[in-house]
Amino acid sequence: MEDKFITMAHGAGGAKSQELVAEIMMPAFDNKYLRQMHDGAKLSVKNNIAFTTDSYVVEPLFFNGGNIGKLAVCGTVNDLAMTGAVPKYISVGMILEEGFPVSELRSIVDTMRQAADEAGVYIVTGDTKVVNKNNGDGIFINTAGIGELIEGCDIAPQNVKPGMDIIVSGYLGDHAAAIMALRHKLQLPDTLKSDCAPLNKLVAKILKAAPGIAALRDATRGGAAAVLNEIAGQAGVGMLIDEECLPVRREVRGFCDILGFDPMYLANEGKMLIFANKADTAKILAVMHADEYGKNACVIGSTNDTAPGEVGLRTNIGGIRIIDMPAGEQIPRIC
Amino acid sequence: MVKAEISRKAADFFLKNIDMLIEKPVRFMEVCGTHTVSIFRSGIRQMLPEKVELVSGPGCPVCVTPNDYMDTAIAYAKNENVIIATFGDMLKVPGTSTSLYAVKAAGADVRIVYSPLDALQLAVGEPAKKVIFLAVGFETTAPLTAATIQAAQNQAIENFFVLSAHKWTNEALNALLSDPEIKVDGFLLPGHVCVITGEEPFHFVAEKYKKPAVVAGFEALDILQAVYMLAKQVHAGQAKVENAYKRVVKTQGNPAAQEMMAAVFQKTAANWRGLGKIENSGMAVNENYARYDALRSIPVQKELSKENPACRCGEVLKGNIRPVQCPLFKKICTPEHPAGACMVSVEGTCHAWYKYGQGRYHYGR
Repeated sequence: MEDKFITMAHGAGGAKSQELVAEIMMPAFDNKYLRQMHDGAKLSVKNNIAFTTDSYVVEPLFFNGGNIGKLAVCGTVNDLAMTGAVPKYISVGMILEEGFPVSELRSIVDTMRQAADEAGVYIVTGDTKVVNKNNGDGIFINTAGIGELIEGCDIAPQNVKPGMDIIVSGYLGDHAAAIMALRHKLQLPDTLKSDCAPLNKLVAKILKAAPGIAALRDATRGGAAAVLNEIAGQAGVGMLIDEECLPVRREVRGFCDILGFDPMYLANEGKMLIFANKADTAKILAVMHADEYGKNACVIGSTNDTAPGEVGLRTNIGGIRIIDMPAGEQIPRIC
Repeated sequence: MVKAEISRKAADFFLKNIDMLIEKPVRFMEVCGTHTVSIFRSGIRQMLPEKVELVSGPGCPVCVTPNDYMDTAIAYAKNENVIIATFGDMLKVPGTSTSLYAVKAAGADVRIVYSPLDALQLAVGEPAKKVIFLAVGFETTAPLTAATIQAAQNQAIENFFVLSAHKWTNEALNALLSDPEIKVDGFLLPGHVCVITGEEPFHFVAEKYKKPAVVAGFEALDILQAVYMLAKQVHAGQAKVENAYKRVVKTQGNPAAQEMMAAVFQKTAANWRGLGKIENSGMAVNENYARYDALRSIPVQKELSKENPACRCGEVLKGNIRPVQCPLFKKICTPEHPAGACMVSVEGTCHAWYKYGQGRYHYGR
């Protein structure tokens, strides 16, 4: 493809659109389903399915640890995994802004393919539209996905009962800190990068080891605080988190201290919370610690029946504070 | 794990002694918003004996910024040739009829910066525009604004201006203490302010008003230690200014920063949201640097400012009522749609009460 920038013609459905598909999308995403080249992909599954969709907008598009394409694949893969499904097929819809560099598009689709390969999913159908200059933010991506539900598991927030352990799969806040540092041009160590990752294989392993897991949720927008509050509300249980057990990297903690953020509220793209019977905790942790994406997993607290719907945090000096549902966007403070 | 255990033992020590030393109910005011947040975040309010009540004072610079200032900033933002450079938490502070956040959404050029020096850089990069830095904050941030104005002069940068709302905290405390309605038995003095000013500007608290005061740090244990020192003074019937933050705060403060403020600012009367006009509590850019003063250099017409009559931020800031006693709290006034500035800043009293769930709390007491 000779064009260096996306033009309106690439979205007009003619020769240029075909060129975009043939020279960028097909080579990157190539698989037997896509090669059918129908209006839709014909697929088969053996079990009941889970189905999800999500749209991805991020600024900046490229960041330490990934780009918008990786987010778009991992996000949908993870949403499927959190329902207790094995992700199988995903769709990719892109809205490109006129003038978007083709080299960046190539880089994004290549990353998407790598993420799909790692997760073991096929990108089976897609669509591209182009909007006028200044009517988009470079690129928006929507992905939808289908996964096969794992038999013998029943993952639902309502299954969370008092007396269960709450496990987190690793360090909290890395993604948001990496993105915000870049967005606001703050100098942070290179070690700080987005945790964006597909969690489906880890989920399959822990569900095999402990099929009775009550609930799983990835801690994306709103961070761990949002997940805990959602599930506390849906299950009608209280939760008490131990501050000293919260895994937060030093650099993320420093970032939060400077700007007045709370790591519990920072978005993650490769972390999940697991609610399970205490009897299963050791088994789950053993599996997680052997996996790249779960090696820093730990128990951060437990559920109770003393404060239904409320999430408390036992602080390092032994006090308790409420972890509330996040409200509005986090804005850096003065001093 | 070991560290937390030591912390808990130290906390237990302070709490037991505070309980023993205090005989009848007392109210201590933490003047600084960063203290307020730390107190809530560590759960100190619930840990202290019931007879010790902590109330938050006027020490959140965003919270005490009046509508008048916001309306002026908003009027400037609507000027096409102006870029407003501001700390993030000023964005949502309500003015009389709108906020910077809203005018930004409607197309005004409002940029978040982390330091006045960022705003100066912005001015260098946008020579065709006038960059106005919203200089808000106490003695902690004022020296940096002063240094930036001096840098602008040294570098002959002509499109950088400040709209100063810098304030002296000791003057506010003086005004607060002269109000006979105030019922506070001791003060946690703002550690970061004292880093700059030293202890001397706060001596009047003990000398004139006979109230104990302790300069406090910001970790949970710093605060408990300061409360413990206040309790000892109350028990002994003393009133003196002590320093529990000696690892950071020197008695004389930071003379270089003091000189910088003195070189660029002059004392003026200032409006404090909720407290009203306080003589000598404001820092206005002085004659020598007048050309960097937005008000003197860029004409602006702003709307007539009015405070929301139902908002009780003022009484919250004086420690006279708790946020839950304000009729707007959690009903009309939320962090998403703040009616008063105490709900905007993460260091605002109402925001802290809202966020940390006061009044609907089933853990502990």
